[in-house]
Amino acid sequence: MNDRTVTQDSRLLRVRDLQKSYGHAVVLKNISFEVQSGRSVVIIGPSGSGKSTLLRCVNLLENIDRGTIEFMGRNIAAARAEAHRIRSDIGMVFQNFELFPHLTALENIALAPMKVRSMPTRDAYERGRELLAKVHIPEKADAFPDELSGGQQQRVAIARALAMNPKLMLYDEPTSALDPEMIKEVLDVMLELSEEGMTSIVVTHEMSFARRAADHIVFMDQGEIVEDAPANRFFTDSVHPRTRKFLQQILH
Amino acid sequence: MDSPYLILDYIVSDPFVEGAEMTLLITAVSLLIGMAVGLVLALMEESRFPPVRGVALTYLWLFRGTPVLFQLIFVFNVLPSFGVLFSGFTSAVLALGLNEGAYMAEIMRSGIQAVGRGQRTAGRALGLRDWQVMRYIVLPQAARIIIPPVGNQFIGMLKLSALVSVIAVEELLLVANQTASANFRYLEALSAAGLYYLLFTTLFMIAQSWIENWARRRGRRQAKRPLSLTQRLLGVTSGEARIR
Repeated sequence: MNDRTVTQDSRLLRVRDLQKSYGHAVVLKNISFEVQSGRSVVIIGPSGSGKSTLLRCVNLLENIDRGTIEFMGRNIAAARAEAHRIRSDIGMVFQNFELFPHLTALENIALAPMKVRSMPTRDAYERGRELLAKVHIPEKADAFPDELSGGQQQRVAIARALAMNPKLMLYDEPTSALDPEMIKEVLDVMLELSEEGMTSIVVTHEMSFARRAADHIVFMDQGEIVEDAPANRFFTDSVHPRTRKFLQQILH
Repeated sequence: MDSPYLILDYIVSDPFVEGAEMTLLITAVSLLIGMAVGLVLALMEESRFPPVRGVALTYLWLFRGTPVLFQLIFVFNVLPSFGVLFSGFTSAVLALGLNEGAYMAEIMRSGIQAVGRGQRTAGRALGLRDWQVMRYIVLPQAARIIIPPVGNQFIGMLKLSALVSVIAVEELLLVANQTASANFRYLEALSAAGLYYLLFTTLFMIAQSWIENWARRRGRRQAKRPLSLTQRLLGVTSGEARIR
């Protein structure tokens, strides 16, 4: 009984029987998984398997047809009216960075704390500078996005998400649009964050990251979770033939 | 031949200077009304609610489906019989502004749509409300995109303002006409007015390229090839001919 209560509390996110379709096409079916507080879950799978859609459902950017999404003990799938407030507690990082091109790096980071949390400008900027230091580019505060490399832009995007002090970070293929030499600098920042205890869900093809940072690995194919296993067992003991085939393809 | 001296006399005479001021004032006020109306219409067209979109479309249908000269005369002559009485100036800027709004809506809308969906998603993911995403993320970027076509509209409006001479507003063309009808020196009076128009359009085109360069520096992502003065004069920027 006591054990159960403890598990309940450490569970930051719990998705149950989630179903989502566009018209007649079912893109997510019977999705159930959990993320423990302070842990990282990596989602892998072929393109079109619904990984990104699942992330977008988790922070209510997409409506779901069925199922529940419990975040911090509460079913947020039923709280559409408060969606913006829930999203402010969940950080999201996109494949294409999506920095706001008309704002400097610092302004990008300070915008949401100022407008959503009514943080005074000076505090927001000070916090922004701290976060830029955290992602190792303190000197780029006044640079516009188009003056930054892809890797730097993505790190600013991570800082921008962190500025809201999220309880959960969602990374949607954060390194897929990057040149190979820039991938490491972004992954390093993500690793540091998860070592500091940031809870995250990461959609990625970077198996090195999955090996080092993931507590759990979820394999998705055709809108379903095929396999969900602790990271240390996933690469060696995955049982499903579809998982094995996918792993062979990406690990050569 | 005393024509050049007479033209010069006209240009510096009080009625012409005041007429030129009136032309500029009508242009600026009408354009501002047009931009405000256009923005509201564009946001209505983006609305999730069909009735709101319907109202916007009806507006566009009415104002784009009738000549602006008709609208001008309508506001000035028909509204008073319903007890709505405006001065010539108010009628002028109201008619021109409301008409302009119907065209500006399209420009505003294309600017808003040119801002990628991912930008909105990123804003919403940060916890911003829809109107905040519009206000702080979409509109500032759209504003930079629409600077060239709005500049064109300004030049178009400057020329369109001559229409209000038909409702007895003392702008350049009416001043020129009145002056000439006193002594039949049409060439000189109209030349004086024409030179004012050319001066304004030229100055504005120069200002426009400064503004566009500034905007390009602050938002290189949307940067397009700079336009030549000839292209500006022909109004090529918006890619849509101005037909009224």
